[in-house]
Formats: sequence, C-alpha cells, structure tokens
Amino acid sequence: MGTVIVDGHEVEIRDGERLNGIEAAARAGIDIPHYCWHPGLSVVASCRMCLVETGRRDPATGEITMLDKLVPACQTPATDGTVFVTDSDKVVQARAMVEEDLLLRHPVDCPICDKAGECRLQDYFYQHGHTERRADIRPFTSRRRSLGDTVTLFVDRCVMCTRCVRFCREIAQSHELMVINRGAREEIDVFPGFPLGNPLAGNVVDLCPVGALGDRDFLYRQRVWFMQPHEHVCAGCATGCSIFIEEHQDRIHRVRPRENPHVNQWWMCDEGRHGWKHVCDARRLVEPRVRRGGVLVPVNWEAAIGDLDRALRASAQLAVVLSPQLTVEEAYLLVKYAQSVQPAATLLLGPVPMRGTDQTFAGGFTIRAEKCPNRQGVQHVLDGLADRQITWDQLLTQQARSRPYDAIWIAGGYPTDWNDADTAGRLRGTPLLVVQDLFPSPLADQAHWQLPATAFAERSGSFVNRGDRLQTFQWAVRPPRGALSEGQLYWRLLGRRGLYDARQVLAEVAEEIVCFCAALDPVPATGVNLKVQQLA
Amino acid sequence: MASSEPVLLANVGRPDSHTRAAYEAAGGYRTWRGVLARQSPAEVQELVRASGLRGRGGAGFPTGQKWSFLAQDRPGPIYFCLNADESEPGTFCNRVLMELDPHQVLEGLLLSCYATQAATAYFYLRYEYPLAYRRVEAAIAECYAAGYLGRNILGSSYSLDVFLHRGAGAYICGEETGLIESLEGKRAWPRVKPPFPAVEGLFRQPTVVNNVETVACVKHICERGSAWFRSLGVPPDPANPRDSGSFGPKLYCLSGHVARPGCYEAPLGIPLDELIERWGGGVWQGRRAKAAIPGGISTGLLRHDEFHCRLDFADPLKFGCLGLGTAGVVVLDEHVSMVDFLHNSCRFFAHESCGQCTPCREGTAWALRILDRIRAGRGRWQDLELLLEIGDTLGIIPGTTICGLADGAAWPIKNAIRKFRDEFEAYIRASNPDGYLETHPVRALDDRHLQVRS
Repeated sequence: MGTVIVDGHEVEIRDGERLNGIEAAARAGIDIPHYCWHPGLSVVASCRMCLVETGRRDPATGEITMLDKLVPACQTPATDGTVFVTDSDKVVQARAMVEEDLLLRHPVDCPICDKAGECRLQDYFYQHGHTERRADIRPFTSRRRSLGDTVTLFVDRCVMCTRCVRFCREIAQSHELMVINRGAREEIDVFPGFPLGNPLAGNVVDLCPVGALGDRDFLYRQRVWFMQPHEHVCAGCATGCSIFIEEHQDRIHRVRPRENPHVNQWWMCDEGRHGWKHVCDARRLVEPRVRRGGVLVPVNWEAAIGDLDRALRASAQLAVVLSPQLTVEEAYLLVKYAQSVQPAATLLLGPVPMRGTDQTFAGGFTIRAEKCPNRQGVQHVLDGLADRQITWDQLLTQQARSRPYDAIWIAGGYPTDWNDADTAGRLRGTPLLVVQDLFPSPLADQAHWQLPATAFAERSGSFVNRGDRLQTFQWAVRPPRGALSEGQLYWRLLGRRGLYDARQVLAEVAEEIVCFCAALDPVPATGVNLKVQQLA
Repeated sequence: MASSEPVLLANVGRPDSHTRAAYEAAGGYRTWRGVLARQSPAEVQELVRASGLRGRGGAGFPTGQKWSFLAQDRPGPIYFCLNADESEPGTFCNRVLMELDPHQVLEGLLLSCYATQAATAYFYLRYEYPLAYRRVEAAIAECYAAGYLGRNILGSSYSLDVFLHRGAGAYICGEETGLIESLEGKRAWPRVKPPFPAVEGLFRQPTVVNNVETVACVKHICERGSAWFRSLGVPPDPANPRDSGSFGPKLYCLSGHVARPGCYEAPLGIPLDELIERWGGGVWQGRRAKAAIPGGISTGLLRHDEFHCRLDFADPLKFGCLGLGTAGVVVLDEHVSMVDFLHNSCRFFAHESCGQCTPCREGTAWALRILDRIRAGRGRWQDLELLLEIGDTLGIIPGTTICGLADGAAWPIKNAIRKFRDEFEAYIRASNPDGYLETHPVRALDDRHLQVRS
C-alpha cells in the first residue's frame, strides 16, 4: 500500500501498481489535461499539457519538498509519498501557454470540423486557455490529404501528439504513419505507395484528440452533439468488442470502441467499425410473408403468429436451427418454444461463418476468423437444454436423403450471404420451412414462412465471446417498420404478455443453465467471465 | 593566469599532423599501449574521476560520474557514442581536432572505451564536415592496420570496433538521446529521461555519449595524470555547492568581429576580455565591442561591460548566461543591430527545433514571426514582453520541454531583450511610431459572456 497526495487529497495505491500522475489524479477525481498520453500507447511526454508540480513527502517527518520545475504528469510515476499539485498558478500558466501554442497555427475551423463538440483542443481551451488571443497569426488553410482508403488528414488541425504514429507502430505494427519535416513545419504523412491500410486503421481517428484525422465514412455525416451513444457489443466476429453505437433518430452514424480491458482494450477493427451498413440496407426483409398459392404474400403479425403456431403444432418432426447471430436470451426462448411445441424437437446450431485465421496484434487484441458474435452462447444454451443435437451438415444431408423432418425453422439473421442454391435444394420439399433472416436468399425465397430478422443494433440481450465473456446490451436503434425483433416474436409465441424483457430472460437462463450462473448478478458494462465461474 | 603550453593543439600545425606516422612521431599511442599493458579499466575510470574532467559538449557534466552511472549488472554490450555532431553556431574546436589531429581523438576514444569497457564505439560525425569525415575514416583504417583497433588489441583481451557514422545535418542530433535515436535509424527526437543513456541507451543497452574534446582530454589525463589536469583551470567555488570546479585545458573558438579569429587553447577560466585582446587581437577595424556570445549562440549574451567574465563552467551563470556551453565565443561589434542578431538566432532555433514538444515547436516559430514583424516595421510595444514570456517559459529549466534545445533558444531572447532593451524599444519606436495603436488583442469569449442554458 502507498499514498499519493494529489492537491491535498490522499490517494491509495496498491503494492505493485504502476500509475503515473494522470492516473493517480483521476482516482482523486482530478482531471489532468493531456493530448499525447494514452494508456494503451508508449509515453512520449511531448504535448506538455499535463505539466504539474511534483514533490515528495518524507515518510518520517511528513515534510514535503517540491521540485522547482514543472514535470509532465504522464511521465512521473506515482509512488508512495509522491505529491502532485495540479492547480497552482505555475501549472495554470503552463497549461494556458500550451493551449496558446497549439492554437497559434490552428485554423479554428470548428464550424466545419467533425471533431467539434468532442475535441480536446476546444474543451481544454475553455477550461485552461487564455481569454484573449495574443498571436497575430490568423491562419485559415484547409490542407488535407488522404492517408488511406478510410482516413483523411486535415493537416493544419494537427497538434503533433503522434498518438496515431505510435498506434501504427506499437499496436498495428504496420508502421504506415510517420512524421515528416521538422519544427513547426512538421506533418503526419505516409510513405508514397504505402497508404494507411492496416485492419485497425480506424482507431487512429478515435485516438486523434483533435479533428486532424477524419474517418471518411463518418465525415460530414452528423454533428457529434446530436448523436446518442449506446453501449453495445460488436457482432462482427467472435471477439465481441465493446462498442458505442452512435445514432440520431434511429439512424446509425458511427460505431466506435468502448474501453474494455477484458476484451478489446481501447480498439476495434475497421471491419467491425464499418460493419453496421447492413442495418440500414434497403434490401432487408421487413415484413412477415406466407406462401399462398405458390407466392409469398405479406401478412400482419397478429394473424401470422397464431397461424405459424398452429402450423408448427400440426407437424410431426420439428427441427429448429439456431443461428450463432442470436443472443443468449433469444436462443433460450426459441428453444423453450420449440420444446413446448414438440418436447423432442431437434435443435441445432446453424452454420458458423469462418473467414481466414485469427489475427492477433501486439497487446493481445484479436480479430477472430469466426465471423459471428455468439456461437459460444448459443452452444451453451443448446448444451444446457437440448438432449440431442445434430450438426447443420447432418440436417442438410438427412433432409436431402430421407426428409425426416416435416417442419424446419431456421433462425438466420446473418448479415452476409450464407446460403446458396445448393443449400436451398437440399431442403426443398420440406412441408413446412420457416426462414427468419435479414436478407433475401435462395433459402428464404423458397420458405413457406419468411420472417424478417433484426440486426444486432436493433436487439437487446447478451453475447458470449470466444473467451467465454458474457456482455449484455440494449437496442440502439429501432427495427424497420414492420419487423419484429426475434426476442419479441419468441416472447409472443410463448404466450407471454407485454414487451420482451431481455434482463428477465437472462435471469431465467442463469437460473436454469448452470454455466450462466455468473449472470445471476447484474452484469457490469465490461461483462462477466463465464469460465471463471464455471471453475469456481 | 599562468600561461601554459598547448596540449590539445600540440600537434596542430605540424606537417601531415593528421597521419598516424606524424602522430606517432610525436609520441602518439604510447599512452594507449601503456594503459592497455599496465592499467585496469577501473583505474582509468578512477583517474578520470579524480581529474574532475567535465564534459566539453556544452552541459559540463562530470565525465567520471557519467561513466560511473553505467549499469554494470545488465547482460549485453556497453556502447560508446562519440558526439562529433558539432553544430552549435560559433563552435569549431572539434573540427580542428578531427581535421588536423584525428589520431589524438581516436586515442582518447580508445582510452575512454577501455575505461568504460565498451566493445563498440560509434563516431557520430556531423554531415557538414567532409574533410573531417575523410580524415577520421583514414585514421580509423590506420588504427585497424596498426592493431590499435579490432580483436584482442595489442595482444590484450580487449577488443573494440569503431564505426564512423555520418549524420544528416540536424542540430538536434547533438543532443545525446537525439544522437542515439538517429544512430538507431530513427527520427532524432530526444528521449524522455529517465532512463538515462547510461542505463538504457543505444539499442536499449547502457551507453556513454561523450564529446570529441572530452575524450581528447581523457588522453592527456592518462598521459600526464589527474594532478596535472587539476593544476589547470579554476577550483570549485566553496560558496556554491553545485560547482565542481573547471579544470583542464579548453579550446576556445573565437569568431565574429575580432582581428584574429581562430581556435585557441587556454586553461579554463580565461577572462573573455583577455581572450579577445590577447588571442584575438582585439575587436576588428578599431571598433568597440557591443556584446559577445560566451559559448555558442544558445548560451546567451554578455554585454561589453561584462567582458571580465571568466570563461569557465560557473562564471557565465553569474551574468545571466546559460553556461560555458561549447566555448564558442562570437564577438559582436558596435555596428551590429541586436534585433538582427536575435532574429538570426530565432531563425536558427525555429529551423532546428525537432518539433517534438509543443512549447519549443510553437514557441521558437512564434518568436521568429514576432521578430519578422518587428523587422518589417510593424513592431508593437508589447511584443517585447511577449518575447520575454516565450523565453522565460521555454526549456528544461522551467520544465516545459524534453531536451535543452529550447533553453538554448530561450537564452538569446532573454539576454538580448533584458540587456539591450533600449535598443529594441528604439527600433520599434523608429520603425513603427504608431506601434501602440495596433495593440488591440482579440478577446475571446469567457464565462461571463457565455450564457449557458442548463
């Protein structure tokens, strides 16, 4: 144990804990402004915004001796007896000086800058800057250049914190970004012919404390103060990055990573970052349809739910395919419904999309080859509830050969093309084929019941990632008009009243399936590890 | 001050002084042979520590102490970097040594490497010294041929390789961690310290970085002993506990408006006026001096009435200068405009700032812009205060930057304006009589003007 004194507040640090001044001050609720320091990157101490006064308290006498010069808090370790002063006149003046310096050549084009509203330069100027501008330099240039397919650099807005350069060197380890020129002529750039193109490139935009780096996907789409961030989980791969989905009036504008030391640290991959486009795709299935006289005709949900239930109950052998895109709660409800229709219904996990191999970066961030968010969770539900499971391939083979099932419900929800004419051909002739999916496909086109699925951003529930960490989330945008979320549909089919409540269902899951018992307590924003609980 | 025979410059001026034959004819490499045969590295280290030798590169850090910081418990090699990136304006003493007596430098380097047990040395040479490059390159080749370098030197168990590396012409590469980064093939951005190079330097190994003249002094300390070395120079000031004394001979580079500019050797502590009058032949063309830079442009300025300042490690500080620096004395005569001088100085530092730390990157460029404007006849009264504020907040001494380049940029600003304020004010008054009319600052909104709806 040790004690660090920040502005007179005593902060406890544990043995072996390595904190710097900024982290120690944060524990006391004191924000030390900084640009270049980032917990996930190396310390360069070059922006000089975090200058503080420091000293030591003598353990024997309690007497404090201060250094007479300023030090950067990011580079100063907080150990037992370290004293930080963050509000003295000297510190206030130093911060004002750095702010003034950074704004000397800054274009101050906030009205057309995407970062306005979440810009550190802007925020710190109001908090720490001078109240007048003494420089007679009035630059307004708008030099910009493309660093890669997704990122644009606004040269004059840059404050040279080099976070982006260090990210490419230390985390992505692709080294595309560099500093060119010297002194006040410095700029970030790429080497000709080697654009910024690593799979994590979008993170440099999040790291940029000012508006110098813009994601072309988001550029000029929405002012940040209109957007509502929602805590969510990326459905792009089995890593399940913690994310914020930022929307305005049910339109997603941006997805960015949410800090989670157990899953994605501070990062996410570009595929996930830009992987929400299917949510607002115009080709999505948005209404339930039933086949009448050979053609699919729209029906309303009230009638559809009753008819579907009756049709399923009339079948002799039911197979239900649970997609790894379903949440734990949805999988649980669907299994419960299937078993209420036929206690011996066959349950199976749908196809798991795989692409490439796992790609791990420095610091442990991994992009999984398994391109679905919840195989693990659905598998746990099946293992907990189903007596007999078959595989998707077995289902296709059996059905093509001897057609043992007269009713098959396929819960899809895949954002990508996942079936082809061959798949459809093997299931052709099934007397009752229910396909619930996001997009038309050969399989959906030959269904007797074609039900719209909802996208990950429209659902509430929980995903279990490859590391057996369960994370819960609430819907961020509403589904398109006409679509009913999976959870709500299964809830209604089970005859429950009112609105689908994912938290209540998760509590039921945790009660019933032992490996989910960690979810009995409220799940924190960073999720819970199911594996640890299983061992315990 | 007792005059003394030249030591560092003893060979300079002899025919073919840059060749091994001439150097050995004058007794060269005898010390190296003797030390290698009879003395242990620890003994050499102790000798240098006892001599009180302080680094000649500018900061004046005690060399023996620097060597003692080397982390001994780490596995892997120790590196020695010879800082020959002499680029401080007004300084050329390393150039004289490297061009005219490269073997003296190499012998000093060999002894220093032996003392620190470095097995690899990097000779980081400034790009702009092509003759020095050729001569040092030839001298290293001669040393390998004579068996002074390489594996098992002169039959001993000690091996040393020296690599000559040519910089690319950046002032910042003279900063020791900037030099290390540059050697590693990176952008020469000085590192944050700690860790200091002695613990973790080149390729993350313990590293010593010493100046060319420092290692040349090591050669003479090994040859003549520490008592001889301490007999030259100025003993520590008992009133100042931080002063460890200024011992030994020093090369003074005298340039600017003097009759006989050149590189002169004198014991540390020679007064500036004696240097100018006795060695430099006085101010040129019969003029009077206005000011002088005591040790390279970054050390600031001495006014003509401060010329009794002794050029050692302690005395310039008493006159508000940054220190002795590299002892590159530049004399400015009465015709020099201090505005022009400061403009030139600021242009240099704005151009050479590596751009890593915000205050230095922006502050040096801002100061240059202000001086540009003053010289363009649009100076303002408050510009001088602004310049002083920039100068006072810049550097590792107030703690706002990583390395000392910013201190070097700040000192000329501070000294020029504080010591020659009348001249600056007269300049602004003459060139822009209405200067005070242009003084409306742009007011930003503050909290009182912002009606925040909650």
